[in-house]
Amino acid sequence: MTSPLLSIRDLRTWFYTESGVARAVDGVSFDVGAGETVGIVGESGCGKSVTALSILRLIQPPGRIEPGSRIEFEGKNLVTLPDAEMRRIRGNRISMIFQEPMSALNPVFTVGDQVAEVARIHAGLSRKKAWDRAVETLALTGIPAPEERAKQYPHQLSGGMRQRVLIAMALIMKPALVIADEPTTALDVTIQAQILDLLVHLQKEFGTSILMITHDLGVIAETTSRVIVMYAGEIVEEASATELFAHPHHPYTEGLMHSMPHIGHDQERLNVIPGTVPAPTNWPHGCRFRERCPYSWDLPEREHPPLYDVGTGHVSRCHLAREPERRNHPHEPLVVLEGVSAA
Amino acid sequence: MSEAARGVDPAARGTLLSVRNLRKEFPIKKGVFSRQVGAVKAVNNVSFDVARGETLGIVGESGCGKTTAGRSILRLLEPTSGEIHFEGRDVRAMRTSELRAVRREMQIIFQDPVSSLNPRMTVGAIIREGLTIHKLAEGAAADARVSQLLREVGLRPEYATRYPHEFSGGQRQRIGIARALSVEPKFIVCDEPVSALDVSVQAQVINLLEDLQNLHNLTYMFIAHDLSVVEHIADRVAVMYLGKIVELATADDLYREPLMPYTQALLSAVPVADPKSRKKRIILSGDVPSPANPPPGCVFHPRCHHPAKDVACMKIVPPLEEKAPGHFVHCIKQTPTTISWEQQKEAGGVHPPERYLPLAAVHG
Repeated sequence: MTSPLLSIRDLRTWFYTESGVARAVDGVSFDVGAGETVGIVGESGCGKSVTALSILRLIQPPGRIEPGSRIEFEGKNLVTLPDAEMRRIRGNRISMIFQEPMSALNPVFTVGDQVAEVARIHAGLSRKKAWDRAVETLALTGIPAPEERAKQYPHQLSGGMRQRVLIAMALIMKPALVIADEPTTALDVTIQAQILDLLVHLQKEFGTSILMITHDLGVIAETTSRVIVMYAGEIVEEASATELFAHPHHPYTEGLMHSMPHIGHDQERLNVIPGTVPAPTNWPHGCRFRERCPYSWDLPEREHPPLYDVGTGHVSRCHLAREPERRNHPHEPLVVLEGVSAA
Repeated sequence: MSEAARGVDPAARGTLLSVRNLRKEFPIKKGVFSRQVGAVKAVNNVSFDVARGETLGIVGESGCGKTTAGRSILRLLEPTSGEIHFEGRDVRAMRTSELRAVRREMQIIFQDPVSSLNPRMTVGAIIREGLTIHKLAEGAAADARVSQLLREVGLRPEYATRYPHEFSGGQRQRIGIARALSVEPKFIVCDEPVSALDVSVQAQVINLLEDLQNLHNLTYMFIAHDLSVVEHIADRVAVMYLGKIVELATADDLYREPLMPYTQALLSAVPVADPKSRKKRIILSGDVPSPANPPPGCVFHPRCHHPAKDVACMKIVPPLEEKAPGHFVHCIKQTPTTISWEQQKEAGGVHPPERYLPLAAVHG
């Protein structure tokens, strides 16, 4: 692979709150190649959405991207780019699809106007030309009767249709990178299938890179070629999708995979990851997953694990890479499992 | 088919709850005089039984009526018509005082653990409220009961003095469960109890609900849109679409061989956490029609992918009929059917009914 489209190095996005400094994203580095679909998966508070917002520099005070963080995109460091130049990249070279299609659209403009606005701003198209381009793009996203639909307001469309409008807004400038932050979480499963199908199809058609951010391992498996797992503000594992699902290395990844029920493979009892994610103002020393981990020993407490190389293109932030035989001897995690007591 | 046959009695444990022809309509009003111009048929003629100790799963997408059905059964929403019997008692005929008494036995756990707990009450006060109202315990006995309930749902008894905002989503859901358990109910409507939770926390709460069911011999009606969660927890599953139950079977049968074309599409749409999976996917076109104006005939026909779909599907309202033992399906094209080919032809049908199992290759 030649130099990647997007290259993030040591990204730290911290929030200076009353209860302390929340290190929401704490030293994240990864690449996205041209035409590649990369997934970031993790639970609430792991830092995946803040990572996405940081790339577009949409972080509001009290949050800030710490000095020394680098986000290289098409040869520019976005962290230090002047605001005016950043505005030319946002919505043009990098665009974003948000989770909640209703709040991401303006209720008082027609959807056609909102899609056309992007082309008027970034391509300087006339009202008429921008409208035509908007209708064309809406048609691409599979909206039936796009000329009619373009004249409607967001509330007149269903959730799936609104999400298609957002996809049209994201694609109208043929960006190099689309960041999709939980694009289907608010949608029903049959509509989710339509939208994922559309994203995969459009990605193939335009060769756009996609950064897919989600908590859903199923969505990751069906759409991405490489997966990054985040936990407590850090990347804890990264591998190709096939490798990750076949051989998860980090105990957190393993726990996530085992705690979700799978259709057709029902088990008597679900495995759980005990406890909850620690507070971002107070990440534990050493390994941040240590207390919830069934394999931890004294080393993870003393030493913050680096990303170990555990296979071809597969890295994991777990000391098990040094002492793999410990995986054969799981123990009760340090946090007490909040379960039922038959008292 | 007789009404009695519809509610299978899986383990002869006896029927705890029996629902017949339940309807709930919300009027659509217009103009200065609020003239009623139509109605949203949120629950449209639904019948089922729940056996003692059983978990009946209700799945379906937004707007299918699953939540309205759950609330109508508890009369948190007043049903438009239909019959609800709880342990043989007619819930719809009950006056306020009787209803209050029966609500001690029928509880609900809500989806949103934030808005369902009063932020100004301590956890202890939230759990105690039911004890006081139903005069189950007071004073030190109530304190002891609150401690016991907190321990039972995996929380520390000291938490009784804290406020809901001090807890994580999963812990708040445990508080909601403790509140429901406080009055020693027999039946709990779990309305999307884990949808707002992260995967790992979701698993903790599901395990807890299962443990409590075993401990107290509880009966659940488990409403969810997540098909994999329902497969895990439910004994039998009802699939709802536009206010109707379109398929009802044991979880094993329903997931192994879904017969209603809607269920087939729904199951195929769930993303599989395995990049090597070559699952066949049925992508439905279009959106769910409005429940204010449901399609005539079979409610699913505009999006249906059954190869024998034809004009008859628009004319004939399919009965929920038993196609295999204990497996009820709402489809006149899936064989066997009691709507004969002659009747279908009379209604304009051109394709005879046939067995259609598009996912069979994947599952077998």
